[in-house]
Amino acid sequence: MERSIRQMIKDKKEKQKTRLNFMEKLVPGLLLLCAVLSVLTTLGIVFTLIVETITFFSRVSIIEFFTNKDWYPFFEGDPDYGIWPLISGTLMITVIAMLVAIPFGLAAAIYLSEYASDRVRRFIKPILEVLAGIPTIVYGFFALTFVTPVLQNVIPNLPVFNALSPGIVVGIMIIPMVASLSEDAMSSVPNAIREGALGLGATRFEVAVKVVLPAALSGIIASFVLAISRAIGETMIVTVAGGATPKLTMDVTESIQTMTSYIVQVSLGDAGFGTTIYYSIYAVGMTLFLFTLIMNLIAQYISRRFREEY
Amino acid sequence: MQLIDQSKVKSKMQTRLMKNNVLKGVFFGATMFALVVLVILLYRIFTQGIGYLDLEFFQNFASRFPEKAGIKAAFYGSLWVMGVIAPVSLILGVGTAIYLEEYAKKNRFTTFIQLNISNLAGVPSIVFGLLGLTVFVRMLEMGRSVLAGGLTMSLLILPIIVVASQESVRSVPKELREASYAMGATKWQTIRRVVLPAAIPGILTGGILALSRAIGETAPLLMIGALTFVAYLPENLLSGFTVMPIQIFNWTSRPQTEFHDVAAAGIIVLLAMLLIMNSIAVLIRNKFSKRL
Repeated sequence: MERSIRQMIKDKKEKQKTRLNFMEKLVPGLLLLCAVLSVLTTLGIVFTLIVETITFFSRVSIIEFFTNKDWYPFFEGDPDYGIWPLISGTLMITVIAMLVAIPFGLAAAIYLSEYASDRVRRFIKPILEVLAGIPTIVYGFFALTFVTPVLQNVIPNLPVFNALSPGIVVGIMIIPMVASLSEDAMSSVPNAIREGALGLGATRFEVAVKVVLPAALSGIIASFVLAISRAIGETMIVTVAGGATPKLTMDVTESIQTMTSYIVQVSLGDAGFGTTIYYSIYAVGMTLFLFTLIMNLIAQYISRRFREEY
Repeated sequence: MQLIDQSKVKSKMQTRLMKNNVLKGVFFGATMFALVVLVILLYRIFTQGIGYLDLEFFQNFASRFPEKAGIKAAFYGSLWVMGVIAPVSLILGVGTAIYLEEYAKKNRFTTFIQLNISNLAGVPSIVFGLLGLTVFVRMLEMGRSVLAGGLTMSLLILPIIVVASQESVRSVPKELREASYAMGATKWQTIRRVVLPAAIPGILTGGILALSRAIGETAPLLMIGALTFVAYLPENLLSGFTVMPIQIFNWTSRPQTEFHDVAAAGIIVLLAMLLIMNSIAVLIRNKFSKRL
């Protein structure tokens, strides 16, 4: 009886052997293919952008792209392709957004990690997650139909499309990101250090600002840089509420255009495949991609290089 | 011997304590700011949109007249696109995660893939739109179709799914794997019958959250050329389509304020869908988090 069971197992094993061996060899290959696809995606992005940008620069000189101070691609006859107005529009939105997101985000992070009780934290963190999960088009709608009218009450001559309103709303959108990344950095500072400072008679505020903040600085700065990258790439809020007037200006009440909203404007219009305008979105996209890539690399460098190990 | 001059400490104590209390209030206020914004945003959208939200809103196509405008095409378009995104991104994402966690050796190539994934997560969504426009719409000649849009979005959310699945696979206890090997199972058998079932709740939670990100994305699909005025439902994977965020964008960018109310109604539908998906994710997380 015992022999026969052993025999049965052996028979079954023999039967499965070829199939099993085959699977053992096949599966890692298939899975590797999935993993390689993510590399291919990056290559695809870089390749697409480079090829189409080269086509663009064969029609518009690269010198004009970087020296011309006007961006009027829709001018019949003599269009201008100078990237600076789009970059200035993007940076203006980014600066306004950071002026909102950094103070509020950091303050929220300090409150959550240094002051809040567990109960309060369990209540507030999901709210921040909800804010982070709201689609950007909804924020765009909010900027156009609520924030702009409110601002118009304060600044009487504010046009419907301006840089201030989308800038503020992009900042609000980023608050949860800054708050949660900074809070992660601050709560990874060991409690022993806090207790040491409290034991010496420091107040909670002094502990937060003079002990925890410096210790978590690399993570906090990295969260700021990631937030900047996010603001640069933000599309729908600025498209809906920022207007479509590329302008080299420092006035936040004027209508502007960002790199992202230019790309959307072209894709909504009727510029056909093969026109110079069609290729221009790739040149703008390349500039945008480089900006965000550099920001992301800086963030990774900061958080790796300056990490405090405990 | 008194090393600390008590009177000096005392004289400063009052201001230090006050500073602490005042700033605690300031930090709390800043945190509450987010809550206040959320409440205002939801209140505004509900009061504006609720008037247009009725059964007809789901049965009508886009229209030039606000009272006749509906979200039918966009609603079904979103479902179609999700039908492409969900299988594609889950298979690719979970496959990548299993490879990286179970098979990959610790060498430079693996580090490179890992670094590449975290960088992909930081690429603006509109750049994915440019990729989709060139590769799927033009090179692979899919046209401005559901398939092209779905594949583009799959690539966009792939990094989120990979990272979530990796964490989930990593958190399966080593003992389970060892027990399986000890019973004579092969590596793939162990992964398929032990690791994956144990990791599935985490994978599903991450997957649903990633899908809810995809359903709210507008920019990449605008680039692909999802239409803004559609009066039919997609019939197959190569049909033209529109999705809810794009329909909302279209209504928002019209000058008539009546259309803003219609947009608000659309936003309510979109947010309701997100709420449902997030609740499912939370339910899965809570149901399975006690085991292991």
